[in-house]
Order: sequence, then structure tokens, then C-alpha cells
Amino acid sequence: MASLELKGVRKSFGSTPVLDDVSLTLEAREFIAFLGPSGSGKSTLLRIIAGLESADAGEVWLEGRRIDRLPPGERGVAMVFQHYALYPHMSVRENMAFGLRNARIASDEIDRRITDAARVLEIEPLLERKPEQMSGGQRQRVAIGRALVKEPKLFLLDEPLSNLDAALRLRTRVELAQLKQRVDAAVIMVTHDQAEAMTLADRIVVMNDRRIQQVGRPMEIYSRPANTFVAQFVGSPAMTLAAVSLAGGSGEYAAVQLGDGTLVKTRVRRSALPKQGELRIGIRPEAARVGGKGGTNGKVDLVERLGERTLIYARLSDGQPITAEDAGDSRVKIGDEVPIKIDGAAAHIFDANGAGYHAADA
Amino acid sequence: MTSARDWRGLLFVAPFVLLYCLILVFPLLRGLWLSLNQVDLFGFGHFVGGANYARLIHDPIFRTSMINTFEVTLMIVPVLTVLAFALALALNSATKSAAILRGIFFSSAVLSVTIVTLIWRFVLAPDAGLLGYLWTELGWKPLPFLSDAHLVLPALAITTIWWSVGFPMLLFLAGLQQIPHDMYEAAALDNASWWTTLRHITVPALRRTIVLVVMLQTAAQLQLFGQSQLLTAGGPSGASRTAVLFLFETAFGQWELGYASAAAEVLFVIILAVTITQYWATGRATAQGGD
Repeated sequence: MASLELKGVRKSFGSTPVLDDVSLTLEAREFIAFLGPSGSGKSTLLRIIAGLESADAGEVWLEGRRIDRLPPGERGVAMVFQHYALYPHMSVRENMAFGLRNARIASDEIDRRITDAARVLEIEPLLERKPEQMSGGQRQRVAIGRALVKEPKLFLLDEPLSNLDAALRLRTRVELAQLKQRVDAAVIMVTHDQAEAMTLADRIVVMNDRRIQQVGRPMEIYSRPANTFVAQFVGSPAMTLAAVSLAGGSGEYAAVQLGDGTLVKTRVRRSALPKQGELRIGIRPEAARVGGKGGTNGKVDLVERLGERTLIYARLSDGQPITAEDAGDSRVKIGDEVPIKIDGAAAHIFDANGAGYHAADA
Repeated sequence: MTSARDWRGLLFVAPFVLLYCLILVFPLLRGLWLSLNQVDLFGFGHFVGGANYARLIHDPIFRTSMINTFEVTLMIVPVLTVLAFALALALNSATKSAAILRGIFFSSAVLSVTIVTLIWRFVLAPDAGLLGYLWTELGWKPLPFLSDAHLVLPALAITTIWWSVGFPMLLFLAGLQQIPHDMYEAAALDNASWWTTLRHITVPALRRTIVLVVMLQTAAQLQLFGQSQLLTAGGPSGASRTAVLFLFETAFGQWELGYASAAAEVLFVIILAVTITQYWATGRATAQGGD
């Protein structure tokens, strides 16, 4: 059975629309990430599901029950807030018990749930502490614990890692992944960090400009971006987009010509492409390797050494910027003229509307 | 550390220290000295030791005025605190009407006590007052608020509450706006009712503000003076004479400055003791984190 269903959700703040006809279905126990830049509407959507905002139109269903008219506490959802929102004058134990007491759960059951959650999250020594006596990471665990004890049908995580330092963020990411295995509920996480979304989520919902841009498994989003926004937002550094013209010929797959005259033979079916309008090619850095023959040449603007690989930001002879990849021990320097070999089989084509066309499955 | 540097430092604080000594320390010590003397407004007087204090203990008028002061303070402070809190809760929103109402409720605080007592004389007077008229319309006998010994302190309390509710309301509003909004969202998701949220989120978060309001108001109302002097002149037969009115009458009616100073010192010590006790009691409660 579907876990959560959104049907045609719309929302405006005054005259500013923030969500436009959003529909989505979550499978049972699925971990979904809402990924998008600030102002894309992802947090608003989460808050509508939680009941902290009301939708102007549309319906929200959770496990077969319509919840969009219920108060937040009766929806069967639990939320971990970005700034944790722990009650400052209550101990950790009281923080976790508060919601359960309001739901009139028996006190021995409350104790059992708190003990279990504290063990899983390794916060047993903190139970009698107040939030102000804990570090950010500890508060984060307590916030997760407070959601966990409610045994909700749906967890909502609002930018759960954004307030942690880099090392703690990585550790917490692993812990969230483990937590996902333990809970018998669907999880929605809002994030603007694609690495979080890619590593944690079963499926990613990419949002921008009030709408869902693409829904798919992480690798699907990465390798078959629905449009130029998804292509550029997911993946770091961003995919190179360059204007191309369709080369003549009658082969099954389209060949395109870059501005500097380089011919790239893609694996995108020629028949799928629109007959008119401008086209752009999308090339991820790993599909543009420095070196080799039969490619093009670029003048190096910037070299980024990442250790296991080196990123080369170069310009083709017509001035088109391109991001290419080289080996970790690359000797390329700024100002060098380097050969770049583009892997046409891994290239994407986007039409004038930004819609993406990808290599046909062999 | 050089002594030259010390002197330069002292120069910076000197204006404040001088002013502080002149308008606070000197009068305090002078008052204490006066309380040990028998002195009138024009003479130099002579030292009498603790005689003024001994006289106070046996003075029934002073005792009544102290009891009146405590009674009226006990009537005012709890009601004022709860009312100011309730108003702040009701008006803590960004709407235009809330802003207008906040202004209206605060407006009484900018009036002088003369205006306030004038207004309330019109309201409370049994023959021509607003309440008297209302009572008559309802078919009841108008109540003689200002001439009945049992009603006069409540009348003073009502007047004072009406006058003083604005400032504590502002303090509570400031406190309420300090509470992070996500706390309420978490409470909503925790299925907390309005009452549970108020009791377990709002009130604990405002604990310091509540303590501040109670302490400030207690100290202020123990010095209640103008309302009593202007509305009833302490009457009927001393039923609304407060401690400060007693001081005023003694000092500037009977010209017994030494005796009045002794009463002032007693009142000072009592206010100090009450305030410190409140601070200590609430400080302990906060430290224990008790609800």
C-alpha cells in the first residue's frame, strides 16, 4: 500500500505562489529526499504534510487516510526540526515523553519506548540532562529520539544535518541510514545538499520553482536528468551545457557539432529529438577526459586537485567553458592547452525547453 | 598596574559616582540619620536614638497603614500579573487589530496619577459615576466604593490595575516574542492542547519575566500613594491610608520629619526583604527546574 499520497497540492503566500500542483506517491517504508535550492517550495511541502501549513488546494493521504484537515498531532507523523526545537526547560526524558503523554499512552509503555530509543541512539547517559547541557550532535539525536518514540507512520526531517559540522554530518548521515533500516515507516527528508540526498534516499524528488522537476532513484536522477535544472543541480561540479547543432547523416543515433566544430557521436536516438529548435549537449566532467586523440582542445582556466582525480576548468576555442577530468597526479597547469576527449555515449542532449534526452538503453 | 592608570580610570567613572552619591547615597544616609532625630521641617532637631522606631511599633495608625498597604498589594499584584499575561497572550499577533489594541491597553500607562484618579472618580462615584449608573440600570443599589471601608481598597486596586497593566503587558509581549516559533510547532506535532502548550511551553519559557513582573509590581505597589491620596485622602477613617500616605501626612502634615523618616526606613527594609525573598524563592525553583 502507498504510504503517503499528495494530490494536486497548491500553496501561495499572499500573491506569491510557492507550490503549483504537486502530486507524489510514496511507497511503504520508502526514504524520500526533497532536494532543491532555497525557495523551491520543498520546506513548504514538508510543512503542509506535517500540518504546520495548510494547502490552498489538493489532498494529503497517509496510509489510506486523508490527513490534510487533521491537526498536526493527529496525523501520525513525527518531525525533526532544523533547529531541533527541543523544549529547553524539560530534560531529555521529558522531551521524549511529552508527546506520548499528550497521546495518553500508558506510562510503562512510555518508559519502554524511551529506553529503547535511548539505546538505539546511544543517548542513555543524557536522559536526565537539559538541552542546554548538550552539544549540537547530542541535541540532534534527542530530536530524532523524540520523533522515534512516537512510532509514527511517517518521519519528516527538515534539513536534519545542516546545523552539524562536517565530521559530525558524515557520521550522522551514516546513522540516519542505519536508522532507516530500523524504523517501520516512510521517511521524508528535506535537504539542499545533493550528497545527503544521493546517499540516504531511495528516491529523490528534485524541486525547483514551485514544482517537482523529477522523481527518481539517485542514479536515475544523476544519469538521466529530466531537464537542464536537474542536470545542473545534481552532480558536483555541475554538468557542462553547450549549444550544439545537429550534424547531418542518417544514423540511428544523433551526432552533434560543438561550437568549435568538434563532432560528438551520442547514443541519443535521432528520432527522439525535436526537428526544430536549439539543442544543447550536457557533458559531466567524467565524460570529458583530458588526453587522448580525436577530441578537441581547451585552454585551462583553473585546476582543482581533489586527490583521487583532478578537475580541469577549460575553454574550447570558441570560448565555451567545459569542465573535464584528469588523473589525480595530473600535471596540467593553468594556461595550458590540453586535448579533451568527450565520451559521446555518456552525453545528454537538451532541447530548447530544457527537456533532456539520454542514451538509449543498449 | 600603575597608580596613574588607576586615576585615569577613576576620572571616567567620577561623573556617575558623584551623581550617584549626591542623589542616592546621600539621601539614603541622610534619611537614616533623620530617623534617629526628632526634627521638624524648619528646625535642626535633636538626637533621640531609636525613639522614633519605638513609637512606630505602638502607633495604631502606622500599623493600619501597613496592613492596608499589604492588603492592596496582595489584591493588585496577582490580578495585574495574570491580566497582563492574558492580554499579552491575546495580543501577541502581527495583525493590525492586535497592534491597535496593544496601543489602547498601554495608553493608560502614560497618564499621570491625577488624570487616572479623576477618571476613576467619575467611574466609581455612586451617585453620578459610570458604575453607579450601571448598577441603577440593573436595578441594584449603587455601591459606595470610595466611602465604604470594605470597598475602598478594592476600588484602589481596580484603579491601580487599570493604570499599571500596560508595562507588564509589554514585558510579557517581549518575553513571548523571544520564544522560538518552532517550539510551538513541535508542541502541535506532540498533540499538545492549548492548555498543555500554555502550561508546559509558554509559562516555563516566561518564568523569568513572571518573576520580574511580580517583583517590580510588588515593590511598586508597596509604595502606592497618589491613588490613595487623590481618590480618598486615606479615608474613610484611614481605611485606605497606605504606608507612603502615612509618611507624607506625618512629614508634610504634622512636620515630623524624623518620625516620617523612621517609617520610610521600615518600609524600605520591608520592600527589600520581600523582593529578596521573592528573588531567592524563584531562583531556587528555577535552579531545581521544578514546574
